Amino acid sequence: MKLEMKDSPGQLVSVIQPISDIGGNILSVIHERDPETGGDLLDLQIMCEIPEGSLDALLSEFRRREINVLRVGEERLLVRRSIILIGHLIHTNISDTIDRIDSTGYAEVHELSMVMPAINEPSSTRMTIKSDCLKDINRALAILRDVARDKGFLIIESLEGN
Amino acid sequence: MRIAIIGFGSVGRGVAEVIAAKTTGLIITAVADSRSGIIDGSGLDIAAILRNKQATGMCGTPDITVSDIISSDAYDVLVEVSPTNAETGEPALGYIRQALAGGKHVVTSNKGPVALKFEELHALAADNNVSLRYEATVCGAIPLMHTIKHGIAGNEITRLYGVFNGTCNYILTRMAEEGLTYQQALLEARELGYAEADPTYDVQGIDAAIKLVILANAVWGMKKSLSDVDIIGIDRVTTAAIALAEREDQTIRLIGEIDPANEIIRVSPSIIPKSHPLVVRDTLNAVTIETLLAGEITLIGKGAGSSETASAVIADLLFIRDCYGRRD
Repeated sequence: MKLEMKDSPGQLVSVIQPISDIGGNILSVIHERDPETGGDLLDLQIMCEIPEGSLDALLSEFRRREINVLRVGEERLLVRRSIILIGHLIHTNISDTIDRIDSTGYAEVHELSMVMPAINEPSSTRMTIKSDCLKDINRALAILRDVARDKGFLIIESLEGN
Repeated sequence: MRIAIIGFGSVGRGVAEVIAAKTTGLIITAVADSRSGIIDGSGLDIAAILRNKQATGMCGTPDITVSDIISSDAYDVLVEVSPTNAETGEPALGYIRQALAGGKHVVTSNKGPVALKFEELHALAADNNVSLRYEATVCGAIPLMHTIKHGIAGNEITRLYGVFNGTCNYILTRMAEEGLTYQQALLEARELGYAEADPTYDVQGIDAAIKLVILANAVWGMKKSLSDVDIIGIDRVTTAAIALAEREDQTIRLIGEIDPANEIIRVSPSIIPKSHPLVVRDTLNAVTIETLLAGEITLIGKGAGSSETASAVIADLLFIRDCYGRRD
């Protein structure tokens, strides 16, 4: 997120403290004086991991401390899992396969890389799905296993995927 | 201790050669192959038998059968190393039963009987106060059973997983490293003698699954059979799929896994980081044992081959000698 605050001693602590208080983990801080905004205002970009559902509380705490939140970046979902599917992915309605995950509301297909060697030969696809907790990733994987069985794909999961 | 060897193929001959060459306190008193047999209670001339086998294809004379040997009193330990029959376990199963019931120890490399009738054979050995050992049935030369039963005795084993089939591992290694297709890699494995003419048993994961059945029953007393294992082989894995995994510093290996807490017994191609200790090359096997006290232990070694199998059989024999030998 990008924040704007007064350039005076102790201000950085007033931003970091609330993040720490809600159990967050700061990944990076970019702290710079923007020559165009001039004098006593400072731009600050913070990337942090915070517990699920705690963003609103954090933002209201910043408001209470008169820290101006300019922009909250994409709220990233944290758990990712890659699998490889081998089979006729295109001819068995790839949109439907993706939609079976995306329509759950708790997981989504994040990335697809596909290799199609020749017409009528099975394609190989690496699919990354993401979600915000391990339990939901496992639920999504169970759906994919069902889809793979119904559509005749070979599904290759990662060893740690239990 | 007097040894009877049933099955005089490359494993049986390998065992006989080691016993003949070393001072182990073991003497071979009977040998049988599929067509002949020979018994001498005072000890056989192994060099002469090996020469005879090479010249005539027979280790003894046709009038002495396996049954004659097993029902004789000329031996203390039966070494059963005849070819495996995964469906019925016979005729080896009958030989092992008869020897145990007659108060003889048994060492076998034969997966069929151990996978099919572990509970029965284990109880029969216990009832007769003799030992049944089967190190060679799982992962060839790797001392997996010995490690679990003795080396880390007292540990609770929470999970066991690894590469249990060297043929599949060879094929996947070649597909990953040289970009060969599955068919090309299989052909190469056949030419090198790593795959059978009919590779079904290996590439469809059945061989690995049989080893999981033996481990499930021997380590956890689970009473499982082959139909309880979820099995996916490697015959549909594409070179492109492996390349997709390799892009992320991962690869694909056929992994067998027993995870009792999650009720998992399965064999399936799995994505695994290339830095993982289970990513071994060519025909090697590798098994990770997860325990409560000792943490993780990974064993790597040759999973097949006649001298490797003979190594496991000899180790079992010497274990029996050390535990029981001095009573004679």
